[in-house]
Amino acid sequence: MMVGQALRDQQRELTVFRNRLLLSGLLIVVAFVILLARFSWLQVVQRSYYHTLAEQNRISVVPVVPNRGLILDRNGTVLAANYSAYTLEVTPSKVPSMERAIDELATVIDVTARDRRRFKKLQEESKNFESLPIRTRLTEEEVARFAVNRYRFPGFEIKARPFRSYPRGEVASHAIGYIGRINEADVKRIDSQGLATNYKGTDHIGKLGIEGAYEKELHGVTGSEQVEIDAGGRAIRALSRSEPISGNNLVLTLDLELQKVAEEAFQEFRGALVAIDPKTGEILALVSKPGFDPNLFVDGIDPQNWDALNNSPDKPLNNRALRGQYPPGSTIKPFMGLAGLEYKKRTPEYAISDPGFFSLPGVPHRYRDHKKDGHGSVNLHKAIVVSCDTYFYGLATELGIDSIHRYLTQFGFGQPTGIDIEGETQGLAPSQEWKQRRFKQKWYAGDTVSIGIGQGYLLTTPLQLAAATATLANNGRVVHPRLLKALQNAQTLETREIQSQEGEVVAIKPEHLALIKAAMVDVTRPGGTAVRAGQGAPYTVAAKTGTAQVIGMKQGESYNEKKIKEEHRDHALFIAFAPADDPKLAMAILVENGGHGGSTAAPIAREVFDFYLLKKKPVVKQPLVVEDEQSD
Amino acid sequence: MISRVFEILSRRIDGPLMAALALTIALGLTVVYSASGGSSVDRAVGQARNLGVALIALWIFAHIHPQLLMRLALPVYVAGLGLLIGVALFGDVRNGARRWLNLGFTAIQPSEIMKIGVPLVLAWYFHRREEGLRLRDFVIAAVILVIPVGLIARQPDLGTALLIFASGFFVIFLAGLSWKVIGSLAAAGAVSLPFLWSAMHDYQRKRILTLIDPMEDPLGAGYHIIQSTIAIGSGGILGKGWLNGTQAQLDFVPERATDFILAVFGEEFGLVGNVVLIVLYMLIIARGMMIAANASTVFARLTAGAITLTFFTYAFVNMGMVSGILPVVGVPLPMISYGGTALLSILVGFGILMSISTHKQLVSS
Repeated sequence: MMVGQALRDQQRELTVFRNRLLLSGLLIVVAFVILLARFSWLQVVQRSYYHTLAEQNRISVVPVVPNRGLILDRNGTVLAANYSAYTLEVTPSKVPSMERAIDELATVIDVTARDRRRFKKLQEESKNFESLPIRTRLTEEEVARFAVNRYRFPGFEIKARPFRSYPRGEVASHAIGYIGRINEADVKRIDSQGLATNYKGTDHIGKLGIEGAYEKELHGVTGSEQVEIDAGGRAIRALSRSEPISGNNLVLTLDLELQKVAEEAFQEFRGALVAIDPKTGEILALVSKPGFDPNLFVDGIDPQNWDALNNSPDKPLNNRALRGQYPPGSTIKPFMGLAGLEYKKRTPEYAISDPGFFSLPGVPHRYRDHKKDGHGSVNLHKAIVVSCDTYFYGLATELGIDSIHRYLTQFGFGQPTGIDIEGETQGLAPSQEWKQRRFKQKWYAGDTVSIGIGQGYLLTTPLQLAAATATLANNGRVVHPRLLKALQNAQTLETREIQSQEGEVVAIKPEHLALIKAAMVDVTRPGGTAVRAGQGAPYTVAAKTGTAQVIGMKQGESYNEKKIKEEHRDHALFIAFAPADDPKLAMAILVENGGHGGSTAAPIAREVFDFYLLKKKPVVKQPLVVEDEQSD
Repeated sequence: MISRVFEILSRRIDGPLMAALALTIALGLTVVYSASGGSSVDRAVGQARNLGVALIALWIFAHIHPQLLMRLALPVYVAGLGLLIGVALFGDVRNGARRWLNLGFTAIQPSEIMKIGVPLVLAWYFHRREEGLRLRDFVIAAVILVIPVGLIARQPDLGTALLIFASGFFVIFLAGLSWKVIGSLAAAGAVSLPFLWSAMHDYQRKRILTLIDPMEDPLGAGYHIIQSTIAIGSGGILGKGWLNGTQAQLDFVPERATDFILAVFGEEFGLVGNVVLIVLYMLIIARGMMIAANASTVFARLTAGAITLTFFTYAFVNMGMVSGILPVVGVPLPMISYGGTALLSILVGFGILMSISTHKQLVSS
């Protein structure tokens, strides 16, 4: 009984076991069928989708940044170059505590306080996931030292990349400009111009001057490389490559040696000088003093240098040649004289008797001449040579503001010259309509009087003044100043000259032109206001001095340069071209607080002419002094 | 002479099972080589050494008579339990979990012992209670099972705990646990799911959420599963070829030599390779079931059945996890993944199966 029971139980147990095993087997088959269905779904149906994802995983398209074009002067001297160096870059988002990481880094390689400040500023201006340079120009030894300690610095990476350098430092800095890291505004501009693809991998862009204006030529076309990468993002091998096209080299119209002579001629003075070849409009020298070192800006300027540049009373970042707007003073007189002749308000022979002042009919106010007792009998020639104010007060009054406006506009006053770098201001050649628009006031006869001697509402930039002088030297064919002489292909070195823009012509009777030019030549001869510009020169210089008031003088008050604070002294102005009969160089000079043009600006002009026409370098430097004498 | 040696070596070896195992193992070695970057043989050699040890263990266990094994079941279980308690009290913490016990000369994971110990002791228990199993017996079996599982789950090592629970459950299920109880347990399990959820560790919850939507955290928790499905899917029908899987060779597949080796295999050998692997697994399982069905004692039957079903569970859980239909738990792909311990415990299991297969005549006579 017990045994039978046990056997039955055993039999039952075995049946249950086998049934359950069978059931398990069925479930296992179902499970494997599910797996096979899953594999079929992934590997057959979805295969191309996953294939794409796998390819995207492994293939990365890396931009290959083109070499930026060089900037050369007209003789091939390098003004902006590239060189390759190591930088240590860091991606802030990958570093939990930047302060601590930099402290630790400082134990491995040099990190100066200046590096830190510069980096901090850069970090504030950039996005967190951007790779930012903390140290540039690492030595081989520093690279090696960092490489050994690399594991301690996640997020830090050594990169070899091209640097921009400006080997001449401050020289011509306002013309060359600089490049800087691409900021948000740049990104927006790049996007709006549809250039985003071409700027992949590029982290610098031209900001100012030639670097800014010719960014497109300098940058080149970005190439690309398809690289196989592993999960860590490391490149394993290149799959294909399309070469970048280097940016074009720019050959500037500037003559570096002339530029240096001109800059040095300013000595300690602030100011601007623009020297133009009147036949072509090529700018041979463009000076704005003081300048700045563009190298400071390339990888983000540190706050200390930035403050120094930005807050200096000398305003070194201000491009005075293009942006500074000054009353032209007496340098306007040759143009005013031409207007008088052309509009038949004056004949060459007509002379006034100068009592030392001018008054409008029925008004007691006296417009004073700079010479208290007057110049005696003054015709147009003499009026220019001795810079007689009384003559031009009367002439301007007779011409009337709208005629003056019309005439000066032909020479480019009151409008941008169209120079090929950004930032020029347009000056002001006032008219009745302008005053109505600007001040909602009618033009008074009194407003016209001082226009005659380049004061009042009249404003001009040194560049404009230089262009107008060049136009005059060019016998009325308008000169369009420019800085780019030629584009050079960086590979083939094939050069393409930029054609001069054919200027419109200001119709001037030859005898009128001859009279004005002769008067301007006499300005630089004994009896003229700028004897120093022409004395003893083997060539003839045509010139005109000018003074722009910084503070107004009360009626009856006399101006004494020695008694006034330096920054309240008048600005000295000077226009000139030489040789007078076949002008090769025309220029305008502004010396801030330089007194009158004859004393400070004329010697600068002379040095520049001597160097350009005679290849003569100034040997002994006479210090520029503001003279007391009232010659202008 | 040679045939004599062969006969001695193969006396306790089940031919069909050994053949299927050998094919699978050979496949595994080629994939391990590929998953180690294909440039160094170090790993493949290391795995071959592991394999040598595991094969010797298989051979030894194939010679241990099931009767002896049954007598060893309880001591092994008790020792394992003692070591688990030791781990809970004195264990080393590695990677945030207390799983290792330092014995002075070597460190061991006692949970590995329980992978064999739990099914053996349960089979032994049911064998002893052969005459008329009552509900009480199943309750006791459940207690025997739950104590080590609970200890392992607390380490925490949820994956191993679940697998050991499964192996024990298979014994209880095959022993004839009534469907009513199974049904009510399942219902109770469903009801307690929310409690289970709240008792889980954050990383465990994340794994389950990741399964539902891996793109939620593509670089974090979802990264493994996204990259492994990309690898498998991009392999297509024929695969990219041995050593040519881009996902695998360029390191996009994490844990590519161990838990995620199926992604390497699926990428390089495609759907065809996966079918071959599944067929091999099914042959092994089918042979294991035949051995279980023909075993002569309750202990042998239950042990063989549980070992076979547990083997299936390993294979299915790993394949399901790598192909993205099951949550990520740390289960290697049996006989393919790199690693000595897992290979050892699996081949020990098959050694026991072979012992059962070749000793049955002696028992019945």
